[in-house]
Amino acid sequence: MAPTDWLPARLRATRALTPDIRLLEIEPSSRAAPAPPGSHLGVAVMIGERPDTRSYSLIDSGVDGVYRIAVKRLPDSRGGSAYMHGLEPGARLSISGPRNHFGLTLGRPGYLLVAGGIGITPLHAMALALHQAGAPFRLLYAARTRQDLALADSLQARIGDRLEVFLDEEKRRIDLAGAIADLAPGAEAYICGPFGMMEAARRAWAEAGRPPQGLRFETFGTGGRHAAEPFTVRIPRLSREIEVPRNQTMLEALEAAGIGMIHDCRRGECGLCTVKILEADGTVDHRDVFFSEAQKATNAQLCTCVSRVVGGGITIDTADRAG
Amino acid sequence: MSDKGFPLNAWYAAAWDHEIGRALTPRRICDKDVVLYRRTDGAVAALEDACWHRLMPLSLGHLRGDQVMCGYHGLVFDATGRCTFMPAQETINPSACVRAFPAVERYRLIWLWMGDPALADPDLVPDFHWNSDAPWVGEGGTFYSLKCNYRLVIDNLMDLTHETYVHAGSIGDDAITRSPFEVTHTDTCVTVERWMENIEPPPFWARNLGKPGHHVDRWQIIRFEAPTVVAGDVGVAITGTGARQGDRSQGVNGFFLAAITPETATSCHYFWNFVRSWRTDDEELTKSLNRAHVNDGKGVYDQDHDVLEAQQRAIDRQPRQPFYNLNIDAGSLWAHRLIDGMIARESPSETRTSETKPVGVAAE
Ligand code: FES
Ligand code: FES
Ligand SMILES: [Fe+2]
Repeated sequence: MAPTDWLPARLRATRALTPDIRLLEIEPSSRAAPAPPGSHLGVAVMIGERPDTRSYSLIDSGVDGVYRIAVKRLPDSRGGSAYMHGLEPGARLSISGPRNHFGLTLGRPGYLLVAGGIGITPLHAMALALHQAGAPFRLLYAARTRQDLALADSLQARIGDRLEVFLDEEKRRIDLAGAIADLAPGAEAYICGPFGMMEAARRAWAEAGRPPQGLRFETFGTGGRHAAEPFTVRIPRLSREIEVPRNQTMLEALEAAGIGMIHDCRRGECGLCTVKILEADGTVDHRDVFFSEAQKATNAQLCTCVSRVVGGGITIDTADRAG
Repeated sequence: MSDKGFPLNAWYAAAWDHEIGRALTPRRICDKDVVLYRRTDGAVAALEDACWHRLMPLSLGHLRGDQVMCGYHGLVFDATGRCTFMPAQETINPSACVRAFPAVERYRLIWLWMGDPALADPDLVPDFHWNSDAPWVGEGGTFYSLKCNYRLVIDNLMDLTHETYVHAGSIGDDAITRSPFEVTHTDTCVTVERWMENIEPPPFWARNLGKPGHHVDRWQIIRFEAPTVVAGDVGVAITGTGARQGDRSQGVNGFFLAAITPETATSCHYFWNFVRSWRTDDEELTKSLNRAHVNDGKGVYDQDHDVLEAQQRAIDRQPRQPFYNLNIDAGSLWAHRLIDGMIARESPSETRTSETKPVGVAAE
């Protein structure tokens, strides 16, 4: 994480949006400025005994000085969502930000917003902003079942049929290629959802011949194609064997084991934390956006801050040539 | 007085339209470095002049079509500030971008919005139509990086008693300091109006009126539009011909125009013009008015320039806060009040304690 200024805050209220998504209203100790759509809040959490940080997108601009986030309880998480779900109103929190890595550019000829599951949170803020600006946009929102839809009713009340809902249980799937084809030249797409959806969107966007910078997304590196599981990393050059627990990243595990690593974004964007793969006897779950699909397919390297291995271990080489 | 900063949610003049072409033009505005250029479709783009990667000024790079390539490691940004190329990798970091500032071309100037882009409504560009619309004719210029806080320029223009002293021999005249004036305001504008009736015209006006031997009625109607635009309706007409009642046919009428843009806390860009409605096709007169304003060392604006920079130097050396104020400062104090109101509305934490009306908390 980048150096952060922490600010005390109070959990003002919580509300269940779905059986496993909770809305949290966070009131900072000093009145905070509104945040542009796409912004996220850093929240200090405890994972067991260990302090850590999680980022949650704001669902609106917080113009009233209250930050609203929606947190889904993930059985498979590294522990942040369980902590957030355990908080009671009145709880003291430490927050940082808001920051924005997912800024909305106004003035485009059209917008496609695509949300999958809890990915609705930043797109909720964007839809409200675009609606207020009178911009042409569609928000396509996919969820498993009707009861998994968070914020859909209130959104519908505000943006009407610009919101279109797609439910797995009704066998309705988003036609990404069709939605992209309908966009005016120069339009942008903003997407937030599970890894597979993001990948499909990137592919459809590229196949439509649209400029890559027009497809906007944000990566927290929290989801991959496979559920996280522990795995072993072998570094023959250093004669080391390191266990990566389920709730830790490979980068964290390597650093904890004293392996010198450099990194910056910790979101799978910058490519600084990469290592060379010598051999993978498991499947590498590439969760980064730094490598291209072609590069991921060759399995020559991986981003240790987000990517993992399932069904086996991995043998790597690091930059250390001291020995 | 001058340390309360400036509003960001406002349109500020950044350049004359003819100054911005295909060259990358750097400019510091409201303490932010900006690079300006004209896209191939003729529209003006304004980006943060600091590369996302290592802060290299983009203005030292190159234009490729409508995109700017950083001159250091070759990152490329489009006119909206999105990165479109990264060296030595097959993908682009999704968070790579530089800020793009909304730009509007109007009244012969390029105006930039330095605050929240969602609020950048072109209808909010200050009224500066005298700069571009008939019957007004004139050629101005800019003091870039004038070494004084922008509010000192506004003060200068909102109280023209200084003409008597600073501009003696051209437009200065004792009648100014003898005549009463009236200050009125709305939520966005302040007007200072002064009539000097039945006076000997000062040299500049006598020459341009060209009616030797006549007394005149002289007027100065100065309109400030928050945060930083001033347009002064000035002129003389032969006494008793009804100028004050609205008939200016027996006189000569001009507007001094000022769009002032904060550069830093202690410097600003001063876009000036003097437009007139007499002898409008006399290009020699246009040129000589332009020159007389700045270039011969005795120009009216040069005289102000010297005063303003000397004032800022004195403030820096021996700050005495606040200034003492006189009755003649009413116009500038109202202007400050409007500017401070804009600033307060932008920072929610201040609106709670502000003694002005409780604005902005739930403005939406
Ligand atoms: S730290 Fe940036 S990709 Fe891993
Ligand atoms: S500083 Fe601009 S590319 Fe490196
Ligand atoms: Fe002056």
